Amino acid sequence: MKNLTAFLILCLALFSAGGHASETAGLSSVKIDVFDLDAIQRGAGVYANYCAGCHSLGQMRYSRIQKDLDLSEAGMRKTFMLGDAKLHDSLKTALSPADGETMFGVAPPDLSLVARSRGGDWVYSYLKGFYVDPSRPLGVNNRVAENIAMPNVLWGLQGIQEPVRSELHGESVITGLKLVKPGSQSVSEFDQTVRDLVTFLAYVAEPSQLQRLPLGKYVLFFLLILIVVFRRLKKEYWKELH
Amino acid sequence: MANDKGKALLAWLDERLPVIAFWESQLTKYYVPKNFNLLYFFGSLALVVLVNQIVTGIFLAMHYKPDALLAFDSVEYIMRDVQWGWLLRYMHSVGASMFFIVIYLHMFRGIFYGSFKQPRELLWLFGMVIFLLLMAEAFMGYLLPWGQMSYWGAQVIISLFGAIPLVGEDLATWIRGDFVVADATLNRFFALHVIAVPLAILMLVVLHLVALRTVGSNNPDGIDIKKLKGADGIPLDGIPFHPYYTVKDLVVVGIFLFVFAFMVFYNPEGGGYFLEPPNFEPANPLKTPEHIQPVWYFTPFYSILRAIPSKLGGVLAMGLAIVLLFFLPWLDRCPVRSVRYRGMEFKIALAVFIVSFIGLGVLGGQPVTPGNTFWARVFSLGYFGFFVLMPWYSQREVTLPLPERLRAPVLPLEERDGWFWQNLTRLWHTIRESEAYRSGRVWLEQKQAQLQAWLCRTLCTVWAQVRERLANSNYYQTFMTWLKTVQGKNGSTPPSP
Repeated sequence: MKNLTAFLILCLALFSAGGHASETAGLSSVKIDVFDLDAIQRGAGVYANYCAGCHSLGQMRYSRIQKDLDLSEAGMRKTFMLGDAKLHDSLKTALSPADGETMFGVAPPDLSLVARSRGGDWVYSYLKGFYVDPSRPLGVNNRVAENIAMPNVLWGLQGIQEPVRSELHGESVITGLKLVKPGSQSVSEFDQTVRDLVTFLAYVAEPSQLQRLPLGKYVLFFLLILIVVFRRLKKEYWKELH
Repeated sequence: MANDKGKALLAWLDERLPVIAFWESQLTKYYVPKNFNLLYFFGSLALVVLVNQIVTGIFLAMHYKPDALLAFDSVEYIMRDVQWGWLLRYMHSVGASMFFIVIYLHMFRGIFYGSFKQPRELLWLFGMVIFLLLMAEAFMGYLLPWGQMSYWGAQVIISLFGAIPLVGEDLATWIRGDFVVADATLNRFFALHVIAVPLAILMLVVLHLVALRTVGSNNPDGIDIKKLKGADGIPLDGIPFHPYYTVKDLVVVGIFLFVFAFMVFYNPEGGGYFLEPPNFEPANPLKTPEHIQPVWYFTPFYSILRAIPSKLGGVLAMGLAIVLLFFLPWLDRCPVRSVRYRGMEFKIALAVFIVSFIGLGVLGGQPVTPGNTFWARVFSLGYFGFFVLMPWYSQREVTLPLPERLRAPVLPLEERDGWFWQNLTRLWHTIRESEAYRSGRVWLEQKQAQLQAWLCRTLCTVWAQVRERLANSNYYQTFMTWLKTVQGKNGSTPPSP
């Protein structure tokens, strides 16, 4: 029985380690920690300044952020809350979908679950993947999501990137990006900014993980004790059989 | 006093309802083979998961809204605003995948030890109907979150009915209630998922259990324990289900719950298999995902569907893949039940079947490429070959003599026959006598001792801390003072501090 349990745990570990590796190929991986409340708070600030103008987080309430990050209502109002939003409102953008469509050709999507549907690596690589492309209406293109309608809103922080091209099978392909004009942040500072933003979005995609992950060990510990008790009980009963 | 009252109540009840007779016939006087191994616990586990699905499902239905405009948001509402809603939802979604893991292993046990054979054909058929209903239940449930994969998965699967000649398209429209998957589909799938199918499953589970109690459980040796009875009429190798297997089930249920809780708390998405990433995007009828695939437990059958070039042929093959399972009791002509005493032919065929089934499952989650299609066809041949050739190979098997009495739940290596096990035993002995093995064991024992010592130390430290805190707390002191006064009144000596 002991061996079996060990085997099951091993299987689980391997299974958990697996997953959709193939889909994330070509993306740079990012290490984030959703328990880093400071990072979430910084990311929320970046979000409020650069993203909230166009994108909604329709599934998320201000009050939840306030509670989870342990902030005061006044602080919330000062940093994140737009206009006369109420504390229990969700983070909706002021941009109407119709206006969004007129401006960009497509209404900016809701980002509540983007970190779960696309994954943190995708969001991270996407935000760092903009480059100059005069053929596009807004003058930028993206390595991760080609011909995307979104402008590079973080260019002021990041600076301007140009593609590095090389020949492959007679075709010119982009093999990397090069910073040609630095922004207001250094490369490492900007990396931190994007990581904070991804951390914030990962938290928004599943705020319950702040509850779920710390609770798990107690449940497992309780079940472990239960198994031991049940095993003793079984042995006690089966003793008389042999 | 209380015991007498309890007995009186039981007698009162038993005069009006066959409580005692039921208890005895189902549990305390239902004799079960004593050598069940791990494969025999998946039936009980399936019941545990069924209860989990029903209970969590009831609470989810209290908050879920079966409406194309509200469904997706209501699931996220459950995940965020409903107290413990995330736990309910994950228990339900992880439970769905666990259900199939448990049921597949339960069915594998049936094939492995020949449990479907005479006299348990009806038991097998009931089980197969439950499996079919379970697939319908899971399929309809998967539409409810109304994500991209929910929507397009349902779209693809329902459109398969369109391949049926003459009535196909009308049938598909009738199932959907619309020309595409839409609000009408979601509403009826919700109704079927929360009441119609679960009701049918519950009734069939009762029939499955009644049939099981009538013919009795099979065992890893596949022999009939009722043939050898003691003077008291009780099978020599039988033990009462309660308390022996109820307490043993508890251990296995505990281990299962541990695995289940591990997934719920640490990996509820199951690495993208239990909850697929595209399903976190709301359903969009105007945007077809580039890669549509069913959830992992349907992939073997989906693979068979894709392996056949024609749509109608694919649908028929997929249907046949499940229908053939129903006929297993009549396809298998070998009188011996358990794999332990069956011939090489069956063992090879079973191995091919298992490899094919897993292979098809893996390929079903991959995009279509010429290489994948080739392998899907090879594995489909393996899958169907197991059933179609069964009447032929099961007849010419050279079986081993059956034992009189039950043997060990898991046969020790030394007792196993055949060149494979003999060679494995020999290899094992060689390893055990090697120097590396011995030093490895010593090392392991040292580590174990170190771990034990560390655990003891930690526990002692924690215990000391707890005691210290207790001693310093007001409640504890008040309690101890109170205890002393109480004991003083009773005339006994107070405990030393």
